[in-house]
Amino acid sequence: MANTPIVERNPHALRRTVEQDFPTGEIMTLNMGPQHPSTHGVLRLVLQLEGETVLDLKPIIGYLHSGKEKLAENKTYHMFIPYTDRLDYLSPMANNTAFVLSVERLLGIEVTERCKYLRTILCELARISSHLLCIGTHVMELGAMTVFLYTFREREALYDLFEEICGARFTVSYMRVGGVARDYPDGWLDRVRKFIDEFPKKWQDYYDLTVNNDIYIMRTRGVGTISREEAISYCLTGPSLRASGVDYDIRKKEPYLVYDRVDFNVPVRHEGDCYARFLNRLDEMLESVKIIRQCLDQMPKDGPINIDNPKVIYPPRSRVKASMEDLIHHFLLASEGIYVPEGEAYHPIEASKGELGFYIHSRGGYEPNRLKIRSPSFVNLQSLGHMSKGALMADVVAIIGSIDLVLGEIDR
Amino acid sequence: MDIRDLDRRPPEDAGGLVLADPLKRPPLINREALALQDKLRPLEYDNQLVKTLDEVVAWCRKNSIWPVMLGLACCAIEMMGTAASRFDLSRFGMEVFRPSPRQADLMIVAGWVNKKMAPVVRRIYDQMTEPKWVIAMGACASCGGMHNVYSVLQGVDQIIPVDVYVPGCPPRPEALIYGILQLQKKVQHSPQRIITPRGEG
Repeated sequence: MANTPIVERNPHALRRTVEQDFPTGEIMTLNMGPQHPSTHGVLRLVLQLEGETVLDLKPIIGYLHSGKEKLAENKTYHMFIPYTDRLDYLSPMANNTAFVLSVERLLGIEVTERCKYLRTILCELARISSHLLCIGTHVMELGAMTVFLYTFREREALYDLFEEICGARFTVSYMRVGGVARDYPDGWLDRVRKFIDEFPKKWQDYYDLTVNNDIYIMRTRGVGTISREEAISYCLTGPSLRASGVDYDIRKKEPYLVYDRVDFNVPVRHEGDCYARFLNRLDEMLESVKIIRQCLDQMPKDGPINIDNPKVIYPPRSRVKASMEDLIHHFLLASEGIYVPEGEAYHPIEASKGELGFYIHSRGGYEPNRLKIRSPSFVNLQSLGHMSKGALMADVVAIIGSIDLVLGEIDR
Repeated sequence: MDIRDLDRRPPEDAGGLVLADPLKRPPLINREALALQDKLRPLEYDNQLVKTLDEVVAWCRKNSIWPVMLGLACCAIEMMGTAASRFDLSRFGMEVFRPSPRQADLMIVAGWVNKKMAPVVRRIYDQMTEPKWVIAMGACASCGGMHNVYSVLQGVDQIIPVDVYVPGCPPRPEALIYGILQLQKKVQHSPQRIITPRGEG
């Protein structure tokens, strides 16, 4: 008895609301944000409250709009890669990959084996990094500071890995159409292996601090529930969808890179509440570790990292210095960019927050005619109103944290 | 620009003027206040006690600056990283991020400010208590950075006076800490009188 969490003994022990004791029947409108410590940047919410209970919630966005889709229309394909970093700035490697995969589909090219494995490893590292921040800030907003400090410890280790491979901590701009910016340095893979070997032990820290924590359970279990049907009709994707009992993961359903060659599970839960979404994220990090370990084992030890197509990606520097042909290609690629024929392409990937894809329409030229970003946070945001209906005002903070919104991606 | 040249009080009609058009610069230099300050300056340090007291107050201020918790975009992640375990901003007495601007005296503008957000940033700045300072963190806050586009303000100094600009996209935590140390120097050496005429300071 002593070990069972307090909520299981009496689930409504501490969830009595003000209006239950003092019914007034008055409805109040409350503004939350855009500067609010728990809205993950500049999200603004307008709440209709009766006492403490949320009757309606309306998100207002646009406080971080930076016109990236418009900017893309007069940038060459390579020039747009740094802008994808600043969409979901918690997993830039995945954004880069989604963008270059779309361009590669439009061009009809396929990258080398070694590059595919490297991209998979980086995407999974980005997923770990993003989930770590989500977990850290989500639990911090509910009042527990320690988890945040622990998750940032591991994020710094990940940043060191990213920094070593591309020179930046998280605005990486590492992927290129047809390959990557440069090969990884010697010993980098060993350091990745060291990180994933140590990670499960540190993962246990977060698990111990949250999963059996009475207060945490009380704040999240049964809060912000969304049913399977509603989750599908709201187009939820990612861990939030899988917490409602839908087994949908693009890595399994529409495998890209090398996800069809590695063995991993997709955590699915049926409760559909904040707690389930949180546990899904925790479990996904261990699955990512599994994927990375298999990739490291299967990855070819040598072979080119970039494809040999000087119309798309720079030829090696040694050849540029030796051959006139390659020098011309290098010059043209630097000054004009990649020529993309007429057509349109969309390549979804499973980013840390859900389905991320870039729809590119080209009229034939060096710049896209139109670029549409399908960003998971933007689509997941619309379910916030539904999840919050009937919840307490303080629960809204927990719900925002549990669907993991990033405003850079919502407003773009 | 010297800190003495800035009158940090909001203009009289800040509410209407600034909120209606965030691009309109508020008058950063108040000539009258400056003239008054010049008139008073010779008197100021006649008294060695006041001078010493001033230095002590400045020293206290610089070592307990509380930033307002205003994370806009990617730089906010680096700002959080600076406050978190490895870089540990509390070494400089600045880890107390305050959600309310009324309890803060430093605003770290971390990320691009767009035209919808500009009135909000200005209002938060106006709500902060005196004395207050601003750090423009990163290229976007300093000059618009890579976002040269219809919706983004080309530098937050168009709406609020900035004390320290930290370059980078995003700046590393070390860079932000260096910026903060520069600000501490500025706080220590700028004349802040504790005995001020009514209505000033």
